[in-house]
Parts: sequence; structure tokens; C-alpha cells
Amino acid sequence: MGLGLKTFPTLAAAGEALAASATARYLGGGTLVVRSANEGDVRFDTYVTASEQALTDITVADGRATIGAGVTMARIVREPALGFLAPVAKAVGGAAIRNMATVGGNLFAPVPYGDFAVALLALDANLDIDGQPVAASTFLAGRDTTHARALVRSVSFALPVDGTFKFAKASRIRPKGVSVVTIAAVVEERAGTISSARIAYGCMADRPIRAPAVEMALVGKARTAEGIAAALAVATEGTTPPTDAIASAWYRSEVLPVHLKRLLLSA
Amino acid sequence: MKKVPVQFTLNGEDKAEFVESGATLLKALREKIGDTSVKAGCQQGTCGSCAVIVDGELRLSCLTLAERCDGAAIETTGGLAHGEVLHPLQRAFNEGFATQCGFCTPGMIMAAKALLDGNPQPSREDVVEAISGNICRCTGYEPIIQAILAAARANSLSAA
Repeated sequence: MGLGLKTFPTLAAAGEALAASATARYLGGGTLVVRSANEGDVRFDTYVTASEQALTDITVADGRATIGAGVTMARIVREPALGFLAPVAKAVGGAAIRNMATVGGNLFAPVPYGDFAVALLALDANLDIDGQPVAASTFLAGRDTTHARALVRSVSFALPVDGTFKFAKASRIRPKGVSVVTIAAVVEERAGTISSARIAYGCMADRPIRAPAVEMALVGKARTAEGIAAALAVATEGTTPPTDAIASAWYRSEVLPVHLKRLLLSA
Repeated sequence: MKKVPVQFTLNGEDKAEFVESGATLLKALREKIGDTSVKAGCQQGTCGSCAVIVDGELRLSCLTLAERCDGAAIETTGGLAHGEVLHPLQRAFNEGFATQCGFCTPGMIMAAKALLDGNPQPSREDVVEAISGNICRCTGYEPIIQAILAAARANSLSAA
């Protein structure tokens, strides 16, 4: 069965069309929704999309970055001002996928996908939904309910201090594959001890999650093997990892502390 | 389903077709235009066998809507050879035994072309990265990597 495509000049108009039809889906880069259609998902019959320029804008000013939801992973890789995010964007698929997959779409990507959303969570990003700022953590918690049909215009976050953002994705295929576990962290240090930490996991629940127990255990400690030991001991607290073709829940729980340790101790 | 007109250039030739609204570029190329060099593999964006170049960027035609390519310049493996003269990548794949069953080959070659168009002298790492979205179940990848590096060397020799 063919599906109709409706393109609107603004995101607001696309939102109205989406609200008017329960069988319409928003089309970003196509890597999620066209895939669903190809797999025989008959719950929708119409693609809705917007051509608004702001969706593909990147603004970096006054220590803050704002990225349009339609910006692709390839654009992130090429953007010099977002160099710290290049390894994250490069971790998403091969070259063709990166030319298509968008920042906005990644927020909706089901486990085991959504590596970029893990980074946004660690960066404590805000999303612009209907002109209102919504914390990435709030959005992700309600992704299947209150925000299931939300249209994200952009994401914004404070640029991390140089060297404080860390990212790791473990997969079973080189150079890249689907995630076993993904970790993003923003760890700030002052006078030899950790002053603040934001740790986010991918593939340790059905969506990206923060690790508050780890964050609390890190603050006030030195970023050494001894200093992070208590944090590693609670690394899996609050996690409910999935079992899928990539890894079992048990395996993910076993390897998470290993990858977290390597990440936290990395330069 | 509503039919919509789509115009683009395919390997330098103007094409105009009516396609079903919401049809993928893969379907339009294979079933409307008749370019079966583009392979329908997983149709999930995983295997890369449907990869084509749209306006200079590698894309998966199985996940790209034909309507969104209106006015675009599309390149496929079907347009690489000039008569009997193969493209350097095709020649290198042939000579290096980089194709066995052949199903992944068009996508691999387009991924390689997208790489060499932007980076004529890639490193082995660049090549591995460029084909990391393409799956081959026959060759073990090494002959493909070597063929792409050989094509790059051949290009640099012919340019010298």
C-alpha cells in the first residue's frame, strides 16, 4: 500500500496536520518511519513533514548550542563548533544513514538505537516543543505517552567545558555496529575532585536514562580508580537493560561497569 | 493512491515519472525507471545494497521517498560505465575478486564512489569507515577494501 506525503512550509502547520489525523506520522530523515512502513506498519497511512529552514539551522553562540531537529548526523560531524559531538554522530550508522538520520529523529529512536539522544541527556539538553523548553529527561520519560506525537523544533544545551564531555559506544562489530551499551558523561573537576557529574546510558533501559546513583557517588571524589570505585559499585542501579539479538540483559549489566570505568578514567 | 510527478536526473539523463505518493526512491528507480542496478535488500536501512548518490551525498534509496528527490541529481552503479569501458571502481572490483554473489556490489561501489569523490586518496581506515554501512556476506570485506584502495591509486595515476 502506498502512503501519502504532505509537506508543509512550517512545523506549526505540520503539527496541525498531525493533530488532525491519528494515522499520520511525522517524517524527518526517514530512517525510522519509512523503515516502519517498509516493515508493514499499517498504523499510519500518511507522512507529514515540514520544510521550515529553522529545522536545519545550527547556532553556537554565548556558550550555548542550538541545533535544529532536522540537522543530520553528517552535518554534526562537519560542524567545527560541535567537534566534541563528532564522535557521537559518527557512531550513528554508516555514511548513508548519517546523511539522512536527524537529531530530532534520534530522540525517538527505539532501543538499541538513539546514541545521540544519550549524549543530549548527558548534556542536560532542552528541547523546543511548541515553543516551550522541555528537558530531554522529561521528554524521554514521556516519549511513549505525553510526548509520543510531539514535534521537536530544536535542541539546545550549554557547551561543556573542554575535556569534560566523554562518550563511549560498545558494539560487537568493528568499526561500528548496533550498541551493546552507550555511555555519555559530562564530568567537571575542581581542585582534583569531581565537582559535578552527569552520566547517561543507552541500551540500559527501553530508552536513554540518567544514572543518578553513579552521579552522586562521583561528586567529591578523585577521578582515579580508587575514587570512582563506589560509583562503579552502583553502576547498574536503576537499569532495566533489554535482551535482544545484540546482547542479553545479563551481558549488558556485566559489561556496563567495565566500559564506565574506562570512560571515566579516560583523558 | 495519488500519483505525483517527479523529475530528476539519473546518471546525467533527465527523467520524469509519475510515482505513487509515498513511494520510495528504490521502488521508483527499479519499477518505474527500470534501473535494476539498485538492489532491494533489507529495506530497513541496514544492508546498504540500495545505496545511491543523491546530490553528491550517499543515501539509502529504500528509506528515501521519491518525491523528496524532485529536482535532484541521482547517481547509480548503472550509470558508471561508459559503454564497454568500466569505471575504475568497477574494474578494481572485477580484477580484485571483490564481488562474489554480487548483491552488495552496487551499494559498495556507490559508497566507495561517494568516498573517492570527496577524498581521492583515502586511507584504509577511511575506506573501512565509508563501507561500514554496507554488508557483504561473501568476501570477508578485505578484497573490497583492497579494490577501493586500488581504484584510488589508479585514479591518482591517471590524474598525474
